[in-house]
Amino acid sequence: MSEAVSLPGDPKVDEQLAREHDLTDEEWQNILEILGRTPTYPELGIFSVMWAEHCSYKSSKKHLKTLPTSAEHVLQGPGENAGAVAIGDGLAAIFKVESHNHPSFIEPVQGAATGVGGILRDIFTMGARPVASLDSIRFGPLEDPKHRHLLRGVVEGVGGYGNSVGVATVGGETQFHPCYAGNILVNAFNLGIVEADNIFLGTATGVGNPVIYAGSKTGRDGIHGASLLASAEFGDEADQMRPTVQVGDPFTENCLIEACLELMSTDHVVGIQDMGAAGLTCSAFEMASRAGTGIVMELDQVPQRAADMTPYEMLLSESQERMLMVARKGREAQVCEIFQRWGLDAMVVGRVTDDGRMKINWHGDTVVDIPVDPVSAAAPELDRPTQEPAALRERQKLDTSALPPEEDPEGALLALLDSPNLCSKAWVARQYDQLVQGNTLIGPGGDAALVRVKRDDGTPTRKALAISADCNPRWCWLDPFAGTQAAVAESARNVACTGARPLALTNCLNFGNPEKPEIMWEFAEAVRGLGEAAEALGTPVISGNVSLYNETKGSAIYPTPTIVMVGLLEDHTRHAVSQFREAGRVIVLLGETREELGGSEWLLFRTGREAGLPPRVDLDHERRLQGLLREGVAAGEIETAHDISDGGFAVALSECTFSSDGPGIGARVELRNGIRPDALLFGESTGRVIVATDSPDALLERAHAAGVPAARIGETGGDRVSITPTGGEAWVDIPVQELHAAWAAGLPRRLEAV
Amino acid sequence: MFAVIQFPGSNDDRDMVHAMKTVLSADARLVWHGDSELPSDCRGVLVPGGFSYGDYLRCGAMARFSPVMADVKRFAENGGPVLGTCNGFQVLCESGLLPGALRRNRDLHFICETASLLVESTGSVFASELSPGQVLRIPIKHGEGCYFAHADDLAALEANGQIVLRYCGPDGEVSEATNPNGSLGNIAGITNRAGNVFGLMPHPEHAVEPAFGGTDGARLLRALIQAGEGA
Repeated sequence: MSEAVSLPGDPKVDEQLAREHDLTDEEWQNILEILGRTPTYPELGIFSVMWAEHCSYKSSKKHLKTLPTSAEHVLQGPGENAGAVAIGDGLAAIFKVESHNHPSFIEPVQGAATGVGGILRDIFTMGARPVASLDSIRFGPLEDPKHRHLLRGVVEGVGGYGNSVGVATVGGETQFHPCYAGNILVNAFNLGIVEADNIFLGTATGVGNPVIYAGSKTGRDGIHGASLLASAEFGDEADQMRPTVQVGDPFTENCLIEACLELMSTDHVVGIQDMGAAGLTCSAFEMASRAGTGIVMELDQVPQRAADMTPYEMLLSESQERMLMVARKGREAQVCEIFQRWGLDAMVVGRVTDDGRMKINWHGDTVVDIPVDPVSAAAPELDRPTQEPAALRERQKLDTSALPPEEDPEGALLALLDSPNLCSKAWVARQYDQLVQGNTLIGPGGDAALVRVKRDDGTPTRKALAISADCNPRWCWLDPFAGTQAAVAESARNVACTGARPLALTNCLNFGNPEKPEIMWEFAEAVRGLGEAAEALGTPVISGNVSLYNETKGSAIYPTPTIVMVGLLEDHTRHAVSQFREAGRVIVLLGETREELGGSEWLLFRTGREAGLPPRVDLDHERRLQGLLREGVAAGEIETAHDISDGGFAVALSECTFSSDGPGIGARVELRNGIRPDALLFGESTGRVIVATDSPDALLERAHAAGVPAARIGETGGDRVSITPTGGEAWVDIPVQELHAAWAAGLPRRLEAV
Repeated sequence: MFAVIQFPGSNDDRDMVHAMKTVLSADARLVWHGDSELPSDCRGVLVPGGFSYGDYLRCGAMARFSPVMADVKRFAENGGPVLGTCNGFQVLCESGLLPGALRRNRDLHFICETASLLVESTGSVFASELSPGQVLRIPIKHGEGCYFAHADDLAALEANGQIVLRYCGPDGEVSEATNPNGSLGNIAGITNRAGNVFGLMPHPEHAVEPAFGGTDGARLLRALIQAGEGA
């Protein structure tokens, strides 16, 4: 039996207090059993955060276990701070996406900023220099002033932090939908590069080794951020939760990055972990749990920002920019010296033990004494009931034969280009440093971002990494299985459009309240779709994050499994872009257009309805198509490749004619009339890419050999976009200038008009 | 050697070394802000972009007190070439090596985009590869790049030919519409009276390779290298 004393002033710990900490009665009984006594107040706090949904994944674990996570090139799968894949030449890419949804809704600037800070720490903790960020952000309609405010704040937060730490933000997505009116989504992605034999893990090995705390001092901010804020629905009290949001300091983070990378180039440390959700508690438990060791910590030695903090507050604080590490015995001075040079605190606060227990002392009293494994590894795992939503079949019904045909294709195209989800997001991207570190080949606005790989000594390589974040929440709402497959397929296709080979993916699964069987069903279906698609495309899931309880007053967001795919391009001097580069090139359409209007932007625009089945995903075709793109780019046959997605062919073709500065090179194409014209123009059949080539015969031959449908449809050139049915009158014939103006003004006019 | 000053919050410091050393083959190295002296063989100083000390106060306001800055001042007063980009420009203004100051952008947003820059004065050592009326394309990325100077200072800058670059349109037109951040007179870069200290908001180090922003920035950096090596 363990011993720990209560301090004067601690509240009485009982079943009632446990309930107030969101622990179930069953969990309370487990705690009593594990300890063989009543927990102390700090111990209760520890159990409550470690077993909260956000840290324990108790609702999702059962499903996540089914995902494919390994392959020859995967060096680290889920379970560490981030995943790692080999990219050749002895280098590895480390990456992960993570949510900061709830805090960003409460306090957009700091919520988004600390989201960026947190994901950066996950990356450099593993020894990698962070080189590229993406942000996937979703808001309610812009007509609502609150959401204009939230968009401005989130963009300011992402930019303010990312720009200041010197990591380029090279892409992402920005979307709007009423389902996010009560819960916005802020998913932050980062990727870093490391020498593959120098990846650091968060383990506390070596009995007797010192445990060192470094970075910012611990304050009272963010207490219970993970348990209360991230693991429950919003009600009326959301505004009162502001104190649970942390405050970021990018300057400290910048110094912390440099100090940690310098430290990890030595052999002073054996394990390192950032303090994220649930702060010091979670990081210490995870490090000991992974190593099968214990830790004894002198909590009063931890640098403190506020006076008179209690052990409970110290353990649960989510103050930002803090690291916990285990150094080799005898290297304490060297480690602390590096941090001090960067102006950061570093203190020995404990040591590694062999008894498998977490013992925390406070001015001589032991206030926590808990066996490590039952808290972290043996955290609860639930098998929550699932049930198909009652309304699902109804919303999947769509009789396209009853839809009136599009009478004004030009008007529809201009309206779609101007719509909040399809218009230019330059207003957002312009506020991000897209260039720092000097590796950006393709920045925001491309199908995928493309970033050159440099070694840490600065030597440039010919390799580049392509990164794309994707999700169509409407499709996931109509069919979470197919919608998630489509998200995986699209992100891989976007990566392939640059010429890169998709390697692996990370994901952020944003859903509503898992205690509701219909939400849990959506979650289970999405994970099933994710697993199947990742398997079929050979892109394992190497890291990720689950964000549940995105629900306000009973109304949940649409299922939003954000997928971020990373691919490798061996020679970046040959890559394709999404704009037309030269006039007189032949335009080829790869893939097949079917009469699929379900869940399309056009359907929403014309009928106000979100209905039908999302387009079919053919993963075999995807694999062939992506192989073709890769070979075609490498052979120099493809100089432009642009994925057809939201808004369909007409929108995608228009986007090809927009250069980064304004209107670019026009296009004239002819489409074979077979299915209804509005489906040809605006349908969103998956697995299609618009390609421009100077060697059409070779490319068509290559497509034929690969078994990918390919049709020569027109030519680049001029200053108009013209789309004509074979032998008929033009459906669309509009100056590029006019299309570009509509597209470019979409966001600014909605934000600045008011 | 060419010294690239590294403050704790510098961001484009390694990019500057990459541009100078890897791309332009000059002997460029990072010099820590806490050093009390520049290396004895220093032929030129580059103060890079970033957020030197977090810049929670005023950009560059803390950096001027860094130990190495005293030696940079001495180096400049002895006629050595000094180039400050973005945050480096702010630091040079705060240090008194250049007149004026940089304020929040007119629209209060951070701006990252490729700027068109009209070459005006070509009298300094930094303009050896420039000709008046030429338009350069170099990225800007800053939140506080709105140049301000008192009327007397501004008049002196104009009179002495110290204005090297102004923000312009693609064809060189200088107007309010082609002013991204509200700078007085569309000023993007100026030298000191002697012409050996040059501060600019654009990032020449991000325009030295064709696939990464073009090569117009290399014209400015090569001029610095020539000036340093010729000294």
